[in-house]
Amino acid sequence: MSQFSKIWGELRQGGNTITLFVIILFFSTLLASLSNMFLPETSVLHVSTYTITLLGKYLCYAMLALAVDVIWGYCGILSLGHGAFFALGGYAMGMYLMRQIGDRGVYGNSDLPDFMVFLNWDTLPWYWYGMDQFWFAMLMVALVPGLLALVFGWLAFRSRVTGVYLSIITQALTYALMLAFFRNEMGFGGNNGLTDFKEIAGFDLSADNTRVSLFVITAIVLAVVFVSSQLIMRSRLGRVLVSIRDSEARARFLGYRTDHFKVWLFVYSAVIAALAGALYVPQVGIINPGEFSPVNSIEIVVWVAVGGRGTLYGAVVGAILVSYAKTRFTSLVPESWIFMLGALFVFVTIFLPKGLAGLLKKRRQRDNADSGGGGIAGLGVSGEAKS
Amino acid sequence: MKLSKLATPNVSHNVILYIEALSVSFDGFKALNNLSLYVNDGELRCLIGANGAGKTTLMDVITGKTQCDMGQVYFGQSVDLLKHDEAAIARLGIGRKFQKPTVFEALSVFENLELSLSTGKGVWFTLMSKLNSEQRDRIDAVLTTIGLKELRNRPAGVLSHGQKQWLEIGMLLVSDPRLMLIDEPVAGMTAQETEKTAELLTSLAGERTVIVVEHDMAFVRSIARTVTVLHQGSVLAEGTMDQVQSNPAVIEVYLGEEA
Repeated sequence: MSQFSKIWGELRQGGNTITLFVIILFFSTLLASLSNMFLPETSVLHVSTYTITLLGKYLCYAMLALAVDVIWGYCGILSLGHGAFFALGGYAMGMYLMRQIGDRGVYGNSDLPDFMVFLNWDTLPWYWYGMDQFWFAMLMVALVPGLLALVFGWLAFRSRVTGVYLSIITQALTYALMLAFFRNEMGFGGNNGLTDFKEIAGFDLSADNTRVSLFVITAIVLAVVFVSSQLIMRSRLGRVLVSIRDSEARARFLGYRTDHFKVWLFVYSAVIAALAGALYVPQVGIINPGEFSPVNSIEIVVWVAVGGRGTLYGAVVGAILVSYAKTRFTSLVPESWIFMLGALFVFVTIFLPKGLAGLLKKRRQRDNADSGGGGIAGLGVSGEAKS
Repeated sequence: MKLSKLATPNVSHNVILYIEALSVSFDGFKALNNLSLYVNDGELRCLIGANGAGKTTLMDVITGKTQCDMGQVYFGQSVDLLKHDEAAIARLGIGRKFQKPTVFEALSVFENLELSLSTGKGVWFTLMSKLNSEQRDRIDAVLTTIGLKELRNRPAGVLSHGQKQWLEIGMLLVSDPRLMLIDEPVAGMTAQETEKTAELLTSLAGERTVIVVEHDMAFVRSIARTVTVLHQGSVLAEGTMDQVQSNPAVIEVYLGEEA
């Protein structure tokens, strides 16, 4: 009970951002869903199911960006391989959805997915066992990427690999996984990946209601992950993480085992990324090795940089804005997107080092100063008087 | 938690730090060469020596940052410091202040001290713990001692150089260490700040053991009872400031250069 009241106290204390975020997310989700289900298709305000799925996809990206912000913004760990955890979560979900197809595949084989029949396999590989059970597949969604992050993080952080070296090995990790998943022998559908899904937990994936439900579930999971991450960052643990970011040696000499903190944070972040991947796959209907591609992981970092590091909401906003821009521009001039992404990163790094969130903060501070100096400006005066 | 059984060093022989025949080399260069040093419990000891004499390397070995090639380092009679890492050594009650003031710039002065308290330092503990009133009082007391009470809610990054030095000393104090290793505490301080620092360090000795590395001879003279001179990784001389300054070997290799 005391735990509960403590958490409630935290929530109220750090209220503003958390409440605002949850309210905005809640109402936009509600509005979009209702106008999809109850407004006639002829209405101007009708939101098409295509748009709902697109929004659901953006929310998955937002969750993924949040996962990267947790480690990069607060603890200074720049992972250029977070797409790997996203894709692994997605593959675990994809395997479940594959098994739900049953005998409705092209070959009508209820024991084996189509691509295995095509490869002339006659038994299901051991690592596919149990993936037809929803609860087991969901467990694997979190467990497999979490374990990979644990082992990887333990090796990297214990050996005190930091900075650009860590970024390079995370990039190598996702690249290696991409090459592995491209191989047919791996048993994950090779080049084509997993697709042609029919239903999830008994619901038809092509039905509008299922699509809206998936979108709503994504919004709820995003809200939960956002709130729990905010609570972590507002606890003393959050301050230890920032201290590791600012001066790891100092933190160590204060008695913190910084590698333990980094490993657990890395696992937490990887599990969030995996959840995002698992929610992404039923909405877009496919998972293939392209999701492991290093460029994807770099794109996540750009989202976070655009939105602003170390705020969590910045990452969410950045992911949604940049993804929306991507949707728009790739339909106009597909080849130029990658260059625009690069230009955007350079622009943000030079002119907006704290991203959009930093811009907002600056404005708020200026407003405070104008209105006769509350908060930071007021303290500034007393500070100078003191010294 | 596991460390609690080691928490108090055995100082029945009145010596808190034993360093025996310590050698460290980097690529063939002997940073420490068969160095032996004993520090009494409650002493204020100054280490002096030219650049490259091995002062910082010695601190690195004591605090677990650098592995030594040979030798022994004991905290009290029974705790072998060479067997522990930085975090464990810090939890044993050995605090260290860096040469360049190192504080957590994004956190407030208060939060810097909060993180330095000697409480649990595990992941789960820090997620769940809240400050109790006793800990708040302790932080307040230290804020008063280091003269940063008014600035408690400001980010440490905006402090002046001297204030950062003080905050870092405060971070050591608040953790209630048994042994404090302080690397150049008055570098970049004004004359007035230096004087205050000297007062503070002298007042600490007795209940704590303090080892200070410093270049500022006037400062060393003002605080030191015993001075150890390092030269090329070994102890060259040891004694009161007057004894050391009149030691011919010291005059030749160190003080002589300045005269």
